[in-house]
Amino acid sequence: MQVAPMGRAGGRAGVHAAFCHWRAAFALAAAFCMLTMAAGCAAQRTPTLTVYAASSLTEAFTAIGREFEARNGEVRVEFNFAGSQALRTQIEHGAAADLFASADVLHVEKLQEQQLVADEPMIFARNFVVVALPAANPAGLTRLQDLAQPGVRLVVAQEHVPVGRYTRQVLANLSAEDAFGAEFGVAVLANVKSEELNVRQVVAKVVLGEVDAGFVYLSDVAALTGEVATLEIPARANVRAAYPIVLLGSAREAALARRFVAFLRSPIAQDILRQAGLQPVAAQ
Amino acid sequence: MSRSSSSPSIPRKRESIPSGPSGTGLRSLFLVPTLLFAVFVALPLIVLVVRAFMTGDVLAQLTQPIVASALRLSLLTSVASLFVIVLVGTPTAYLLARSTFPGKRLLDTFIDVPLALPPVVVGVALLLVFGRLGVLGRWLQPVGIEIAFTTLAVVLAQVFVAAPFYVRSAKIGFARIDPELEEISVTLGASTWQTLRYVILPLTWPALAGGAVLSWARALGEFGATIMFAGNFTGRTQTMPLAIMTALESDLQTAIVLATLLVLATFIALFLLRWIGRRFGDVW
Repeated sequence: MQVAPMGRAGGRAGVHAAFCHWRAAFALAAAFCMLTMAAGCAAQRTPTLTVYAASSLTEAFTAIGREFEARNGEVRVEFNFAGSQALRTQIEHGAAADLFASADVLHVEKLQEQQLVADEPMIFARNFVVVALPAANPAGLTRLQDLAQPGVRLVVAQEHVPVGRYTRQVLANLSAEDAFGAEFGVAVLANVKSEELNVRQVVAKVVLGEVDAGFVYLSDVAALTGEVATLEIPARANVRAAYPIVLLGSAREAALARRFVAFLRSPIAQDILRQAGLQPVAAQ
Repeated sequence: MSRSSSSPSIPRKRESIPSGPSGTGLRSLFLVPTLLFAVFVALPLIVLVVRAFMTGDVLAQLTQPIVASALRLSLLTSVASLFVIVLVGTPTAYLLARSTFPGKRLLDTFIDVPLALPPVVVGVALLLVFGRLGVLGRWLQPVGIEIAFTTLAVVLAQVFVAAPFYVRSAKIGFARIDPELEEISVTLGASTWQTLRYVILPLTWPALAGGAVLSWARALGEFGATIMFAGNFTGRTQTMPLAIMTALESDLQTAIVLATLLVLATFIALFLLRWIGRRFGDVW
């Protein structure tokens, strides 16, 4: 394979220049390697807790992690935020995590079946489904019934994603009410432009103003007061999404991990959860 | 590797270098890293395909409606994207290779940037231009043209990320033709069109075809820009990579089978590329 066109007389000079570049690049690469190794050594001295957490916990857990680090001396907390299902798949394939905080009890149960967990899971928070609208409310939506109007552009999460399942549950609950009618859920889903793979992608499309509304968690919009408005779903038709956290069988920092789980019940952590739009659940 | 008689004015000295150093011991020295690399790139793909065929019914998956529509959509959009890329990429590549104009290097760089950019960023950028609030989209929306979340958006995303592969290859192809050949052709009375048809294209088409196949393969695998800009909707914007990620939310096995189909399609296309290279030209 010939990489670049050579001029008629170009050969030698080009090769020589390329060789010099090579040497420079090699030196740079070597320096970079040493730096990375040094960083690796430094990291090994600090006990590091690895927490796999659902996307909807991003803000709350980042803040709680910082508080936990501040109160426990020389420790570090690292997070991997993604959809609960993606995290579960990673754990099933041997990801070296200490804790798994899921947006859905189901995924923890699946790990329990495979004996990949070390302790019983603890429910530390609950969340609700809410309809998020761009602040400008381009479709002029004022009540939930408006979502069923033809031409409204909606995004929801895909049905196997926790929030996507809750969305469909909420729609079924509302369709059972006289004020909405049996066709409500079908009409709403007919307006769906895209089925996202995690809740943050739903939020992103609402914030960008590309759609008129999206079904998300209350916690997702708590920090976005200027950018999104909400339509609340009445409690009688809403679902209470439970967030379990569980110590994994592969945990290397089990003691530290249990301290983190206990910390989730502390007033500081509960405050952060509440500010993030989650409803904290103090375990007995 | 080469049929050196095709364009006599291009120096061929470099060609003799690769076949030379049999006596230097370099070959045996390089054998170990090459073997390691071969195992590294081949093993994951082989394991994926073998596992799909051993544990899942690949043919049965093909008939599932979601799979069938994703395959159809992937084929349709990747071919449409390739058509657009060839249509605008060929003249661009020619000008980049043959003429000087203000901003040439800038344009050249712009075309290559998507190679390094995370596709999700491309998706956001496309939304900011073609979305309904985007700099172009806000003018298109009132006249009823919607691009985001449509099949057209899938094509635009693919064109954006896949075009550099074609343009790079075509540029090299054009640069390798002796400009004198074109002048001679014109002196002998050939029209511009005839020169293109009988002189330029016969000499460059292996480079064009090689670039086209690579470009097509990249378009086929496009995920990040698509899910951001076009969304994930079965039959409309859910191409194979999106279907794979969606399946991953519910069932790893289905995802593996779908991935296998994509791997096989890409492998066949790229193998074809090598065949073209050996058979007709020396670019690849």
